[in-house]
Amino acid sequence: MKDKQNSKFRQSLRDFFIASDAESNGKVKDRVSGLRNYVNKIKPNFNEGGKFAKLQSTFEAFESFLFVPDKTTQKGCQIRDAVDMKRTMIFVVIALMPALLFGIWNVGYQHFIALAEQASFWRMFGFGLAKTLPTIVVSYVVGLSIEFTFAQIRHHEVNEGYLVTGLLIPMILPPDIPLWMVAVATAFSVIIAKEAFGGTGMNIVNPALTARAFLFFAYPSCMSGDKVWIAGQPDAVSGATPLGMLMNGNTDLPSAWTMFWGGIPGSMGETSKIAILLGGLLLVICGIASLRIILSIFAGGIGMGLIFNAIGATPYMQLPFYYHLLMGGFMFGAIFMATDPVTAPQTNKGKVIYGLLIGIFAVLIRVINPAYAEGMMLAILLMNVFSPLIDHCVIARNINMRKKRAQNVKI
Amino acid sequence: MTNAIKIKQGLDIKLKGEAEHSVEIISSGLFAIQPTDFVGVLPRLLVQEGDAVEVGTPLFQDKHDERIVFTSPVKGIVKEIRRGEKRLLQAVVIDCSDAMNRVSEDNSDSNSDAMNRVSTERDAIIEKMLKTGLWPMIRQRPYSIIANPNVTPKAFFVSACDTHPLAPDLNFIVEHFPDSFQKGLEILSILSGKKVQFCVHAEKTVSEVLLKAKNVTIHRFSGPHPSGNIGTQINKIDPINKGETVWYCSVQDVINIGHYFRTGELDFTRIYAVAGSALEHPHYIKTKIGAQIGSLTANNLEDNHSRLISGNVLTGRKVAENDFISFYHNMVSVIPEGDNRQEMLGWIWPGFKKFSVSRTFPSAFVPKILHPDYELDTNTHGEERPYVVSGEFEKVFPFDIYPLQLIKACIVEDIDLMENLGIYEVDEEDFALCEFIDTSKTDIQQIIRKGLDLVRKENE
Repeated sequence: MKDKQNSKFRQSLRDFFIASDAESNGKVKDRVSGLRNYVNKIKPNFNEGGKFAKLQSTFEAFESFLFVPDKTTQKGCQIRDAVDMKRTMIFVVIALMPALLFGIWNVGYQHFIALAEQASFWRMFGFGLAKTLPTIVVSYVVGLSIEFTFAQIRHHEVNEGYLVTGLLIPMILPPDIPLWMVAVATAFSVIIAKEAFGGTGMNIVNPALTARAFLFFAYPSCMSGDKVWIAGQPDAVSGATPLGMLMNGNTDLPSAWTMFWGGIPGSMGETSKIAILLGGLLLVICGIASLRIILSIFAGGIGMGLIFNAIGATPYMQLPFYYHLLMGGFMFGAIFMATDPVTAPQTNKGKVIYGLLIGIFAVLIRVINPAYAEGMMLAILLMNVFSPLIDHCVIARNINMRKKRAQNVKI
Repeated sequence: MTNAIKIKQGLDIKLKGEAEHSVEIISSGLFAIQPTDFVGVLPRLLVQEGDAVEVGTPLFQDKHDERIVFTSPVKGIVKEIRRGEKRLLQAVVIDCSDAMNRVSEDNSDSNSDAMNRVSTERDAIIEKMLKTGLWPMIRQRPYSIIANPNVTPKAFFVSACDTHPLAPDLNFIVEHFPDSFQKGLEILSILSGKKVQFCVHAEKTVSEVLLKAKNVTIHRFSGPHPSGNIGTQINKIDPINKGETVWYCSVQDVINIGHYFRTGELDFTRIYAVAGSALEHPHYIKTKIGAQIGSLTANNLEDNHSRLISGNVLTGRKVAENDFISFYHNMVSVIPEGDNRQEMLGWIWPGFKKFSVSRTFPSAFVPKILHPDYELDTNTHGEERPYVVSGEFEKVFPFDIYPLQLIKACIVEDIDLMENLGIYEVDEEDFALCEFIDTSKTDIQQIIRKGLDLVRKENE
């Protein structure tokens, strides 16, 4: 009897799931057909021999963006999982939204604080948007044009990876960065760090961080110091980030809480740790970012922080260990940069080693190295380069296990 | 009984349209043996169109080893020699009219014990099996090719449970032939010189015939697909090293072999599951090996726009109605085609009805027990991309092998690396779930098959 009730309950729940979806599908279909017909009508122009055959990749990119392709399986597995690269990448973009929105507001907030002016929320947000939006647009336009061109030349489809990279680049730059610099850095990273290696999935280092590293070494005056982190900053006010203050031996930092919620100067997307964690939570729940990498980085950073606490030779070393997680780009890098599956190791053990070393190096560079205030970018780029080696060592163990097994049998 | 070996990485895909436990009998029509089903076989034709053949008349043989012959499953007339591109021999089609053939409706297990006197010598058994065309049923790992009769394998494996989606219920099938099945197991153990490694599923195997099989070493497996795959079982019990071979065959092969050695009568009877959401009435069909797809699905299709698959939905082959079921397949799957979708901005909708292992869809959060039986179609849900996501294959791949690395080794055709990463332990079907969940939508099974072929040619 109970079983029967149970199954009835299950059935009704199933019906609910299916019905709610069918309804939304139905609504969409009505709106769709007109557009679908139009797309079908112009499609021949882009096929081989058509007027715009040179733009085939571009057309396909937009078409598959609008409509799920009608492609069916031909060999091997006859059914396929519903997930695809678009879905995956869009979820990363969604996960970036809290940090981005907070960043936009914070650009305005820091500006008006520096001017010692009162401003409404919307005024701050508007100011931030005016500063941020152009960099985002420049990053997307430059990056996507290069991606589309390469795809067209190679007769490939356009990859979705840049949807994420194009948003990451503005978020890790100072708000007052000249737009031409954004364009140059984007072009450099997409061409040199990505396309030169074969495009999405083949790159060695994270393209977004490459863009930042390029600017950092090519135009240091625009990327470091205490004059770049607040948009439209008056000369009299110091706009040093916590890391910048520490480098100058100033330990009079904002409170841990302030650094956690994010009302401090810094790159556009990195300041609010709450917003970053929120995005990180979504990525981890959806299984896109590797929790292994994130936790290992935290563990590495905390461990190194504790070691410095134990040594305690300088004021910087005495800084509470958890400050390292709250300052600079540590959190943003751990969740959005280091977890890039292409540039991280692909083995589970390798991910742990990679994460731990990033955490350790980031704190090490911050505290010991007098030249660079922020160690996270360099730590991730360094470990990006080493991740194939880490994988190689992890896989070598598997290979040796197999060889040993074969030898044992022969004896 | 020993503890079950628990398979943690894997996935059961619950599809709509499981076959009902009722058996229809089809005893006439077209049947075919298709050389393309046998990996690495170079066929030499032995019959012509118009020849009359008996059950067990050789149709073609392997040029590499002429002892291996492929025989007719039915009595009839060779109707067509089907050839493809470059005159590649695709199928030898035999027309079998009702009067000439008999699919035993009664259980032929009750017949005489005439063949019991057949010697229990290994060589005699091998010779008999080669001659009758039963030998191709025995395959070997690595490579999944027909076993080499000159070799003694290190083990013989039989899996008592097919865990693929919609797969036939072997408990149900084996109940029809209990004696032949037991006899078959005994013959196989003589072939391998050891007890057969017989793998049952801790929950799904319920038939006494399977659970109480005699003269075998029983292993129990539990967990989701691929716990019933022979590759998984070999890997967990007795993994293959370079230079070793393991033989295996399916439960219905065991029944055919056992039947012959018990009664002396050659019988290629098969019970196929015909299942899938695009069928009106999914059920079982008792017929002979190599039956025509159209006769198996006749009067049963919901519409003309369905995908017919010889085999299961994960590893099967796309076929048309006038094609034939493959020698090694045990079912026909019929699912809707997915080429008429008009889904706008599909990447952003929640997709309640869609099935995904990835947690970007709600189905991953609904407890398994609440899952509806899904009606999946052949849509790929995306286009091919380079490999970006890492760590996803490991969730459905229960081997101690790095799947993505092995796939890449196959793509770049690095034979040493393939060997080191364990190519000998796998087969394309072991990667079917990886292919199913692949975010990049690549043809992984084909990549692995090419890798295996390359290694095989290198080692020849």
